[in-house]
Amino acid sequence: MNQDTQSYAIELEGISKRFGAVQANKDIALRVPAGTIHGIIGENGAGKSTLMSIIYGFYEADAGVIKVDGQAVDIHNSQDAIKAGIGMVHQHFMLVDNFTVLENIVLGAEGGALLKQGLNAARKELKRLEQEYSLDVDIDAKVEDLPVGLQQRVEILKALYRGAKVLILDEPTGVLTPQEADHLFRILSSLTEQGVTVLLITHKLREILASTNNVSVMRQGEMVAHRVTAETDKDELAELMVGKKVRLKVDKEAAQPKQTVLSAEQLCVSDSQGVERLKKVSLELKAGEILGIAGVSGNGQSELLNVLSGITPMSSGSIAFAGQRITAEQPKTAAQMRALHMAHVPEDRHKMGLVTGFEAYEAAVLGYHDADTYNGKILMKRQAMVEECQARMAAWDVRPLNPHLKTANFSGGNQQKIVIAREVEQNPEVLLIGQPTRGVDIGAIENIHEQIVKLRDAGKAILLVSVELDEIMALSDRILVMFDGAVVGHVSAEEADERTLGLMMANAWQEPQGASA
Amino acid sequence: MSQAKVPVWVNVGLIPLFNIMLALLASALVFLAIGENPIEAAGYLLYGAFGYDEGIGYTLYYATNLIFTGLAVSVAFKAGLFNIGGEGQAYIGGLGVGLVCLWFDSSLPLLLIAPLAIIGGALFGAAWAYIPAYLQARRGSHIVITTIMFNFIASSLMVYLMVNWLKQEGLMSPISRTFEESAWLPYLHDLLAPLGIDMGDSPLNLAFILALLCCVFYWALVWHTRWGYQLRTVGTNPTAAQYAGIDNAKVTIWVMLISGALAGLVGVNEIMGVNHSLLLNFTAGYGFAGIAVALMGRNHPVGIILAAMLFGALYQGGGELAFEIPTITPEIVVVIQGLVILFSGALENMFKGKIEAFFLRRAAA
Repeated sequence: MNQDTQSYAIELEGISKRFGAVQANKDIALRVPAGTIHGIIGENGAGKSTLMSIIYGFYEADAGVIKVDGQAVDIHNSQDAIKAGIGMVHQHFMLVDNFTVLENIVLGAEGGALLKQGLNAARKELKRLEQEYSLDVDIDAKVEDLPVGLQQRVEILKALYRGAKVLILDEPTGVLTPQEADHLFRILSSLTEQGVTVLLITHKLREILASTNNVSVMRQGEMVAHRVTAETDKDELAELMVGKKVRLKVDKEAAQPKQTVLSAEQLCVSDSQGVERLKKVSLELKAGEILGIAGVSGNGQSELLNVLSGITPMSSGSIAFAGQRITAEQPKTAAQMRALHMAHVPEDRHKMGLVTGFEAYEAAVLGYHDADTYNGKILMKRQAMVEECQARMAAWDVRPLNPHLKTANFSGGNQQKIVIAREVEQNPEVLLIGQPTRGVDIGAIENIHEQIVKLRDAGKAILLVSVELDEIMALSDRILVMFDGAVVGHVSAEEADERTLGLMMANAWQEPQGASA
Repeated sequence: MSQAKVPVWVNVGLIPLFNIMLALLASALVFLAIGENPIEAAGYLLYGAFGYDEGIGYTLYYATNLIFTGLAVSVAFKAGLFNIGGEGQAYIGGLGVGLVCLWFDSSLPLLLIAPLAIIGGALFGAAWAYIPAYLQARRGSHIVITTIMFNFIASSLMVYLMVNWLKQEGLMSPISRTFEESAWLPYLHDLLAPLGIDMGDSPLNLAFILALLCCVFYWALVWHTRWGYQLRTVGTNPTAAQYAGIDNAKVTIWVMLISGALAGLVGVNEIMGVNHSLLLNFTAGYGFAGIAVALMGRNHPVGIILAAMLFGALYQGGGELAFEIPTITPEIVVVIQGLVILFSGALENMFKGKIEAFFLRRAAA
């Protein structure tokens, strides 16, 4: 079809967005033909969600033009986006659980002060929409009684009810069973037949290949490729997604793994909604090795770290550590795990690893604040804490070297060093470390990597979780790949290459013919 | 993360002062509306609160109660809990103090009764706070709701106890017998008279010193002990607290115990220091005013002392004002207090953003 005569539902030109030092979107161009399903794929942090938030009016772009149906539109907030005919289904549903489907759908579009009238009008309109798109939802059911698949359809109905002609879905299958996902894609394709355009954000290659007409690939804030789905394959997409990065160099000898210090058997974790986030994960961690956990973020890595460190309870399975057997019936708290010499550098230092309102010397004892070294009979030994913090900051080159500075006022890399120093200096048997270099500048990255290897060489066991593939590959002695809460791959560092890992991370990897099982 | 910072004095000094000035301006409108000269009224108010020895004594006496309840609200707030139940905890704390005094006043000397009464007040206040704390920590009942309800329960309980058990025989009004003098907390003017300091007759008593000691206790607890470390972690970042292995529920419970104990000490000032008998309604809203004191004092003991003095001055100066100008009824004085609470408590952040932005612009320029 001729490019000029084809009509586009959405066109983006030169969209850029910067958050502080991070360029989240750089000069993005995108054309989405009307009535198609357009996939947007990329690693975590590639800028997909930022781009969609710009289209839906959550953020305003620093530069660039958004056109809807060929007309440039100004989108300052989500109201503008709705007016322009754009609807969004978020990864985490925005529904009022104890309202009925109908009430949820009219929420914010009640159409007058008296509810009854609006509800009746909405009921009629919804019946029509439901039949037109065969959505099959009981509009008088309470949302909390519906399974997640149906809740998602409520979100879709909500967008359609507001006149959406373009529907953005952000990781829509993350919470769905395979059957629910299949149903979703059937609905989406019937939507496109009715002239709706669908933008599908996902990191799952299979879904892209199975359901989209076109696909665009993002990497590090840039749009790196556009493909017609029928003309590409998962290998090409995986490579485009991961890119050919400069391989990080870490000087390290071959690992000399010794005895197993931590082993997990069939670990399961469910979240508060009862959704299983960790599915029968088993692993063994040996002294003197770094076990890397690769995966797109949100595939159970955080849950794994939290359950191993005692922060979240497991729903079944067991952990053997330091001569103890930990099960759902006999759990250990985070404090108890720490006392058994398990250190944990959490993935999110702001949310978990630090109290940003604390001064550095206070943040530097978090989790160890009960230790005798920091406490007299009643008062804390402030002087000792400050001195120790000062010494550690000097050893780890934390700048500025000021134990009294509020943690929030250090740069990301220096905050991270405060956290890592705190955990490593306890001389733990096991170190769980999540995203050790997220938001950390290049110089600090080297330093942190060296320290991790040094700890390994000292015979400690290290479990490394990172969404940075090259970090995983540079540091790990063995690599597990997680997808959708389960371990889907296990490779040694020598065997690992980016393509294989990328495919495993997207759960699209098949054992080559003749390989041993 | 912006490098420019708002000077500290703006946050702790200018903004509260600005809010108070607004409250006084609004009060001036009230005075004009009832046909009184606001400047003259302000003069009486200031003179009443600070102009003479007895006035100062009364101001500090009121401030004593407000320091206790302000600290109580504040310590809970540091752990992210909003304790609205200071009133009830103070009331039940007073019961504890009163019972100790009634039991021991004829058998023990003051030196033993005083610590016992302090412990009694603290224990009773803490016990009253324990129930909402337990419900919040273990059952998830919201502490704001439960503490409010416990104020009413405390009030009813006291009426029942006073009328049926503690009332003095032969009296119509629900008031206990007057304690023996051995259970009277000495007035400061009596203590200071031998030193040649004359400060006029006022109800200001040793409980004021206890309140100041509590400020030191608060400061040491919150910023210099591991328990304070835990409660600040829970209050500012519950997720980090969980990560650090801090038991949020446990912290919730003992912080509320401390909060209730502090509120309960109001009883030491009121029952043992001034009334010398157990009676009804001696808390007179100090528990609620404590919320405003804590907010205005920015949850810092020094700020709380200053804010308590301000409210003490409003109580005392307001009384003087109502006495001097008959058209200004005690209700009008309550209106002024309400305006101060409104502007410096509820509307605390109305101008904060604008004032801070002004200083940020100036710092950037």
